[in-house]
Amino acid sequence: MASLPLAEDLYQALLKQLQNLKGAQSTSFQLAGLASGGAWVAERLAKDLGLPAYGVINVSFHRDDYAEKGVKAFNSAEGMSTKLPFDVEGAHIILVDDVLDTGRTVRAALNELFDYGRPAKVELAVLADRHRRQLPVDATFKGAKVNVADDQILVLDQADDGQFLFMTENK
Amino acid sequence: MTKTASQLQLNEQGELTHLLTLEGLSKEHIFHILDTAKQFVAVGESDREVKKVPLLRGKNVFNLFFENSTRTRTTFELAAKRLSADVVNLDIQTSSTAKGETLLDTIDNLVAMQADIFVVRHKTTGAAVEVAAHLPPHVHVINAGDGTNQHPTQGLLDMYTMRHFKQDFTKIKVAIIGDIVHSRVAKSNIHALTTLGCPEIRAIGPESLLPKDLNMMGVKIYNNIEEGLKDVDVVMTLRIQKERMEAGQVPEGDEFFKQWGLTPERLKLAKPDAIVMHPGPMNRGVEIDSEVADGPQAVILKQVTFGIAVRMAVMSIVAGN
Repeated sequence: MASLPLAEDLYQALLKQLQNLKGAQSTSFQLAGLASGGAWVAERLAKDLGLPAYGVINVSFHRDDYAEKGVKAFNSAEGMSTKLPFDVEGAHIILVDDVLDTGRTVRAALNELFDYGRPAKVELAVLADRHRRQLPVDATFKGAKVNVADDQILVLDQADDGQFLFMTENK
Repeated sequence: MTKTASQLQLNEQGELTHLLTLEGLSKEHIFHILDTAKQFVAVGESDREVKKVPLLRGKNVFNLFFENSTRTRTTFELAAKRLSADVVNLDIQTSSTAKGETLLDTIDNLVAMQADIFVVRHKTTGAAVEVAAHLPPHVHVINAGDGTNQHPTQGLLDMYTMRHFKQDFTKIKVAIIGDIVHSRVAKSNIHALTTLGCPEIRAIGPESLLPKDLNMMGVKIYNNIEEGLKDVDVVMTLRIQKERMEAGQVPEGDEFFKQWGLTPERLKLAKPDAIVMHPGPMNRGVEIDSEVADGPQAVILKQVTFGIAVRMAVMSIVAGN
């Protein structure tokens, strides 16, 4: 198996794409990170892009595995609640996540986002794309495509100094 | 062997499948419910246009209230609706129970209508336990008050409120004033506070309204309200439950207020940042002065709001297990 991608390299690649967008674009966009890993990425991106605020989206309420797992499925959000400190109505929103895999989380995030209003445009930015899609979802901005064994989960960690690190866990 | 309420509410994996009592419910279970409730508070907040989530879509919740209730029934209904469940409120006064059908026959008929969750309030102690023991495993019961025994969701929303304002249960003194002997709310609170490590629970009231076994539950008894309120962080007042009393058991309204009513002067004896709670319905001028009930320390309406989130948490936890 290929070695794990360097999360910092992926972050810099993603940041550059969003800096280009910010430079090219006359209208502003808002970042909304998916709890919990995506929220860390959105926080750092907002800082590096000089954006005054960023949102957090907790997808728990719209997950499609409640019948199977019950509220245990909520754990991955680590208690972060949805907080969107900007008007969703008519906004250009970029959802941010650490890993894009099946696309199911993104589907849930879109539903959660639309509970707060009707955005003009929604795009997706991710650090790593595992490209095993089960839904018609793709990212406009991505750090890189990565290969990880099917029985492994790719997990983002953040060091005390803010640096990102990818780890794998057994399913 | 017959299972106790606290055994019956857990499945074979030790997960909560009914909520019947807070007696014997572990700290982990209680904190899990409170943590889950915290996420659900966001569903009711004003910036969320759609105050509804799809978790219980397609599930049927039956509200079975054999005793009157406004607050509890309404908040359960609202909680179920915010979870997208279909809710049926049975009007017991005009239902077949009034025609002589037994409780369990009523339940069987509702199970045949694909009930998923029963919310049960009954004047008899153990009614919800009886229903839970009778049901197939995929159907869940939430006790919304059984006689003078337990009112677990009220106890949990009170814990949520105390945690919200005071954070750490191991650092607070809690005083409960008034009709404790008839209060299932007080009992559920005492069990939960004890489990969560609250170092000092006080019961304040006339002897005729305090249960005999309070000492055994680790509760300190005060027959003088001024002494009992000294330096507490939380003051919980209770309604006098005349409907459960014999005549002459307690002094009437004015007389009770004089001895046991929570007045602004008495509240000053508690810590300056103490919160005042009441499970409702509240009788102004009997157990609580209007000035206190409407004052800055009262969190009585916050309890009601948190109650919706706590009930959403309980329903989504049991229905998912």
